[in-house]
Amino acid sequence: MTRPDGPAVVIIGVGNTYRHDDDAGPAAVRILRRRALPNVTLAITDGEPTRLLELWSGADLAVVIDAVHNDPARPGRLHRVDVDRPVVAPRQRSSSHGLGLGEAVELALALDRMPRRLVLLAVEGAAFSVGQGLTAAVSRSLNRVVELVVDEVARYTPAPG
Amino acid sequence: MTHRNDRSLRVGALSRVEGEGAMHVRVRNGEVADVQLEIYEPPRFFEALLRGRSYLEPPDITARICGICPVAYQMSACQAIEDACEVSVDERIQALRRLLYCGEWIESHVLHIYLLHAPDFLGYQSAIEMAADHRDLVERGLALKKLGNDIMEVIGGRAIHPINVKVGGFFRAPAPAELRPLGERLLQARDAAIETVQWVAGFDFPDFHHDHEMLAMTTPGRYPIESGSLISTGGLAFPASAFEDHVVEEQVPHSTALHAHLVNRDHYLVGPAARYTLNSASLSPMAREVAHDAGLGEQERNPFRGIIVRAVEVVYAIDEALRLIDGYQPPAPAAIEVPPHAGVGYGITEAPRGVLYHRYELDAAGLVTSAKIVPPTSQNQASIEHDLTEFVSTRLSLPDDQLQWECEQAIRNYDPCISCSAHFLDFTVERS
Repeated sequence: MTRPDGPAVVIIGVGNTYRHDDDAGPAAVRILRRRALPNVTLAITDGEPTRLLELWSGADLAVVIDAVHNDPARPGRLHRVDVDRPVVAPRQRSSSHGLGLGEAVELALALDRMPRRLVLLAVEGAAFSVGQGLTAAVSRSLNRVVELVVDEVARYTPAPG
Repeated sequence: MTHRNDRSLRVGALSRVEGEGAMHVRVRNGEVADVQLEIYEPPRFFEALLRGRSYLEPPDITARICGICPVAYQMSACQAIEDACEVSVDERIQALRRLLYCGEWIESHVLHIYLLHAPDFLGYQSAIEMAADHRDLVERGLALKKLGNDIMEVIGGRAIHPINVKVGGFFRAPAPAELRPLGERLLQARDAAIETVQWVAGFDFPDFHHDHEMLAMTTPGRYPIESGSLISTGGLAFPASAFEDHVVEEQVPHSTALHAHLVNRDHYLVGPAARYTLNSASLSPMAREVAHDAGLGEQERNPFRGIIVRAVEVVYAIDEALRLIDGYQPPAPAAIEVPPHAGVGYGITEAPRGVLYHRYELDAAGLVTSAKIVPPTSQNQASIEHDLTEFVSTRLSLPDDQLQWECEQAIRNYDPCISCSAHFLDFTVERS
């Protein structure tokens, strides 16, 4: 299924920089850009399903970093999920803000456009209202998110020699 | 259940519209007493955020209001700031802006047609269900949408929140060789776009018509996109600078979005149907022919048939992109100098969902002292409520879940970009 010209590894930060903790994914990708991981495509997107499909189609490994709302929340807590089936029950779908990763996975499964391996790193957020800046707990979690991404990539990419 | 005289229906979450909002229908004594769209409005936040910022920043900042139509925000912002600074960009820059905007129209319209709206007409709950039965159709839509994305990426630097746009023009003008491959793909895509029109024209449309005044831009000799003045079906004609003389916004208790009305008139409608009704003669010959074959007349006042108009506009945007690439001469320089200048500037462009107005006031140092943004969805909000009242009135015998489903369809007709003008759409019908 892998396109010969497709990126082998793509890291996708999903979120809205102007919605406080929703920026967790993009913020992690901005940090990863400074790490200059070789042969890794870094992308930031708003989670619109067809864009996610385009970003991960043909990839061997896709890691999606997204903020999640949990109730009760433990802001900054991380969840790692190997995604190989729909991640959202269909009836929970509510709007096109909700039209996101869950729908992207379902659509990709329907169209055979899943990456070979898809890992979701979800960061529990505390504030999703309009405004800039992460809450302290989410901000502190980003180093751990970045390390987890680096580990995923290292596990996937055999060391040279 | 279906014969109660009083009821209230609240749609907890309206699906397949851009963003989120709330809708509340109240039925008293068997008649619709009230329909309210309740929306929250990020643009007000952005207006505050812009104050004190440099005049060079609004195109990038306002692009973040919407992930679906960032180019619209950039283009209206650039136009308004250049107006305030009393400069005009040359024809080449204007043409490149129009080409970028064509990419956004293609992407936005195709997303709405294929992923949000067509499932309604084919009896699916979602595009995912539709994809299981009609994979080829969904793939066709995704390929068309990707072409729009790619136009935005080649010209704008990236597909979401393009980074190559600046006040005065572009940071870098693409070489003709960079655009040529897009031209070849556009030629192939035009067939897919025509097939899209033929496909959606065959849907079954409810018999429903509105008589709202419709407002759209007009551009001499061209279908309006990135420049022009405003006209209405009621005979209004005015430039961007007179927008606030003709359009008033009012607070309504149920929404943080302001309701727009025409001064001394009533609610009105912007968007594809308004553009088409006021400008169909300016479509390309092929788009006109396709529209005619699809059964569109001179006016289009059935909101359910808006999906056909969008599909025709995709054909037009492809045709127009082909023309612009064919005649492309890179602007040199890629941007004109825009020194700061104290003053007020106005910008209007046709976002995929309709007229998008920006006004900025700058001080002599070029700092923004005030900003006003009026997105299309908040202009349409009152008309949407009006239509829903009529729509619900003839469907009161339906059970709540069916009524909710049909109301959601009716709202999707307008492709409301509630992330531009709102947040959270809950839906309630109250039959108390």
